[in-house]
Amino acid sequence: MEMSEQRKIRVVVAKPGLDGHDRGAKVVARALRDAGMEVIYTGLHQTPRQIVETVIQEDPDVLCLSILSGAHNAIFPRIMELMGENEIDDVLILAGGVIPEADRAELKDLGLEGFHGPGTPLKEIVDYIRNHLKR
Amino acid sequence: MARKDLAERKKAFQNLSGMEIKRVYKEKDVNDLDYQEDLGDPGEYPFTRGVYPTMYRGKLWTMRQFAGLGTAVETNKRFKYLIEHGQTGLSVAFHLPTIYGWESGHELTIGEIGKEGVAIDTLADMEDLFDGIDLGEISTSMTINAPAAILLAMYIVVGEKQGVPTSMLTGTIQNDILKEYIAQKSWIFPPEHSMRLIIDTIEYCTEHIPKWNTISVSGYHIREAGSTAVQELAFTLADGFAYVEAAVERGLDVDDFAPRLSFFFNSHNDFFEEIAKFRAARRIWSRKMKNTYGASKKRSLILRFHTQTAGVSLQAQEPENNIIRVTLQALAAVLGGTQSLHTNSMDEALCLPSEKAVKIALRTQQIIAHESGVTNTIDPLGGSYYLEWLTNRMEEQVNAYFDKIDALGGVIPAIKENFFQMEIARAAYQYQKDIENNDIKIVGVNMQRTGEDSLGGMEILKIDDKIGERQVARLKKVKSNRDNGEVARALRELESTAKGTGNLMYPILDAVRSYASVGEIIGTLKNVFGEYKEDAIF
Amino acid sequence: MEIQALVDKFKVGNRRALSRLISLAENGFKDARLISKELFPLTGNAYILGITGAPGTGKSTLTNKLVQLIVENGERVGVIAIDPTSPFSGGALLGDRIRMKDNYTNQNVFIRSMANRGRLGGMARATKDVITIMDAFGFDYIIIETVGVGQSEVDVYGTAHTTLVLVVPGMGDDIQAFKAGIMETSDLFVVNKMDLDGANKMVMEIESMLDLNQKVEVSRSKYENSAMEQQSWRPPVQKVNARRGNGIPALWEQIMSHRHHVESKGVLECKQLNRFKNELLDILEERFKLQIDQILDPKENPSILEDIRAITERKANPYSIAEKLGKRVIESLENGA
Repeated sequence: MEMSEQRKIRVVVAKPGLDGHDRGAKVVARALRDAGMEVIYTGLHQTPRQIVETVIQEDPDVLCLSILSGAHNAIFPRIMELMGENEIDDVLILAGGVIPEADRAELKDLGLEGFHGPGTPLKEIVDYIRNHLKR
Repeated sequence: MARKDLAERKKAFQNLSGMEIKRVYKEKDVNDLDYQEDLGDPGEYPFTRGVYPTMYRGKLWTMRQFAGLGTAVETNKRFKYLIEHGQTGLSVAFHLPTIYGWESGHELTIGEIGKEGVAIDTLADMEDLFDGIDLGEISTSMTINAPAAILLAMYIVVGEKQGVPTSMLTGTIQNDILKEYIAQKSWIFPPEHSMRLIIDTIEYCTEHIPKWNTISVSGYHIREAGSTAVQELAFTLADGFAYVEAAVERGLDVDDFAPRLSFFFNSHNDFFEEIAKFRAARRIWSRKMKNTYGASKKRSLILRFHTQTAGVSLQAQEPENNIIRVTLQALAAVLGGTQSLHTNSMDEALCLPSEKAVKIALRTQQIIAHESGVTNTIDPLGGSYYLEWLTNRMEEQVNAYFDKIDALGGVIPAIKENFFQMEIARAAYQYQKDIENNDIKIVGVNMQRTGEDSLGGMEILKIDDKIGERQVARLKKVKSNRDNGEVARALRELESTAKGTGNLMYPILDAVRSYASVGEIIGTLKNVFGEYKEDAIF
Repeated sequence: MEIQALVDKFKVGNRRALSRLISLAENGFKDARLISKELFPLTGNAYILGITGAPGTGKSTLTNKLVQLIVENGERVGVIAIDPTSPFSGGALLGDRIRMKDNYTNQNVFIRSMANRGRLGGMARATKDVITIMDAFGFDYIIIETVGVGQSEVDVYGTAHTTLVLVVPGMGDDIQAFKAGIMETSDLFVVNKMDLDGANKMVMEIESMLDLNQKVEVSRSKYENSAMEQQSWRPPVQKVNARRGNGIPALWEQIMSHRHHVESKGVLECKQLNRFKNELLDILEERFKLQIDQILDPKENPSILEDIRAITERKANPYSIAEKLGKRVIESLENGA
């Protein structure tokens, strides 16, 4: 009698960094909604602290980070550090935007799992999430 | 029975704005086109064919590649190199902390200092940026919006110190806040206060820097946010007219400031649609400036514009293909009569552009200019049944948007109602879905896909992460060397002017002279004006 | 097992445990039942504010300002922001947080977005469970921001101690359209965007409807006790500009005077009666519906196919079969399935 049909995938779509390029984040948010997920959008210019606080309060299954300003190498480690401090290890973390190939290995080591840059088909992101949930 | 010889690949053919395109265009499609009324010779009203009588036969467009990196000292070296190689115009990109008015070192600036542009905190940085460059000899374009008045003030003061009078300064500030609310999101204050600052700069420049281009009304970012070509054109022109109305309301004569307004458009994938957009832009602007706003000087009626090829059209997959995309987009801009052009680099979907990619982008413009022959005559496609039909449709649909915006009470009320934001979000999502459903084809992405998205042996540009620390230290030093009493006095003066109705340029100039930082000046204004908050619009 | 561990952490103030428990209650009736058993005894201290109103009236912006005022008073507040689920995809876009940016890293604030998952009435099924959890956590105030789809959102009135209805100038016609519902189910009217033309007219319209409402006996099926409450409380009308913060302290005074009214005149008993009657109704409906769904599902109960065949062949009628299945529902409930 478990009401498993009420289980919905919850996703936080966050935009760290100062760039205002939110087209991709918003298009992804809509696509995830259309795939039946509940999507919390944080708005622009989120600090690592705000993002992790949102994760604590909203308890998402997935955190999507979109950044195009080139500040990912400074911002993502800070986010992961705060996630660690709060003992959050069961959230799937994806990165979108412009993340050069050369930077990805290091970010993967920190716990970022998927990279979906410009041009990624939306269906690929939806499928990736469905197949990689951590709980 | 359908004739077999008339079978076509698709049921319907559409351009990127969703207009249905016929199999062939004929004379009857442009029956009511009147040469004098609708086209005019180049340099003649309504300027559909071009704003100058000789166009590229007289002078080629300006090849203006936007640059700025790291600290002011590093950018200064790059500028000097460019000047030595014959460049006469500089184009400054600022780093995001300056664009948002945060001091280097603020929590939000982590990882952002010196990325995507040069770090400017105080007049001291601006002095470094233009050290050894005569501001009386050079024209400078600054891509800056919410804090535009402050950066302009810094430029003026650097000029002062070099002994260059304001009347000699030439250049441009983007200063287009309306498109920030609509698309690019680098706003700071609520719209009414931002408009006051912009009109203050126009008023100041009209009086003191007559050769300064006060606003570059920009559609580029609207398109990048996902709008269609029609929306880009309609929203940008609506913004332009909103500035004209605000300046007239301030009591300025339209012919005193309109000649210093310019435009900035995107050039995207649909070749003819883009050319039609540029032609329609000139026609709509001149008609409305003449008929609605009573402008009479020729320079008030002409729409001059800069073009950048569409960053959003660049793909990470098989990045070399981007060179071809950029070539076609650049060609459309040239056939559309642009005054200046920036061509994007092939690697921008992957990283900040590398030197080699920037060079190829510039070469693309040079090949169009010198090898292709398209510059031999003006508006070579004018009179094409298809292009003239398309130009007419573009104008019609733009006017339909004007009616909608008017019905909402104008541009600012429409921003507050999220009208533009919703229109764009819907178009962006539709475009992405069309690509995924294969209704729009992108080679290497949804057809002929090989999955190659590396840049082979190409070098990727890395910005030194130490730049952040250096800039924070530099700011600290400036703050300890300046007269902090004077800074406090200047900021108090600024605050009291902000609470009243005086022109803010004067107290901003004083604050800048005292070496107050962009962050301090913006912070003072925030105390009075408040901050704009975005709505959640998808 | 997991729940017990979370409850232990919850009790020492761990915010992530609070958040996890909310998700569990939202996703399953069974977990909600266990959580209620653990946490309900700890509740009864929070004061619950409901904020309702049509889209664009500024509910999130007002909530943000109230949150700020509450934390400035040194108190703690939980917010439940509800948005609609798309009927087409079952997904939802939850964007209310954007307008609450100023406060959400404050450790005395906890904001949770919820999708209504198709439920009518302005709240989600699990909203009441979330209230229980937040109340048990020790928040002084809980603010429920309803969906705001413009229909009458009466559920919140049955749950909150004080319900604010937000309107903006220029929507007078809408008020006319559902005034009966609105008049019965609000404790306070807030006219937002007070500097727009027509704000004073709006205030007058509401006042005159309140005059009219006092003379007319409206049928009160769901909230039969509200007549009694309303006799001694005439909803005040407060003008504010939520974005700038104008009128917010005055609004807070009005809220506090309603709180005084609720707590001092035995009105609370009526409110409690309504609130828990509705909560019981929800739980029972949910409980029965689960069982009914199971019995009607051929995968769980293959004999349903025969029952339906009997109906199609006209050997039985729908009422008789329903009667028979109803007995089975009750049996399985008794067996604690």
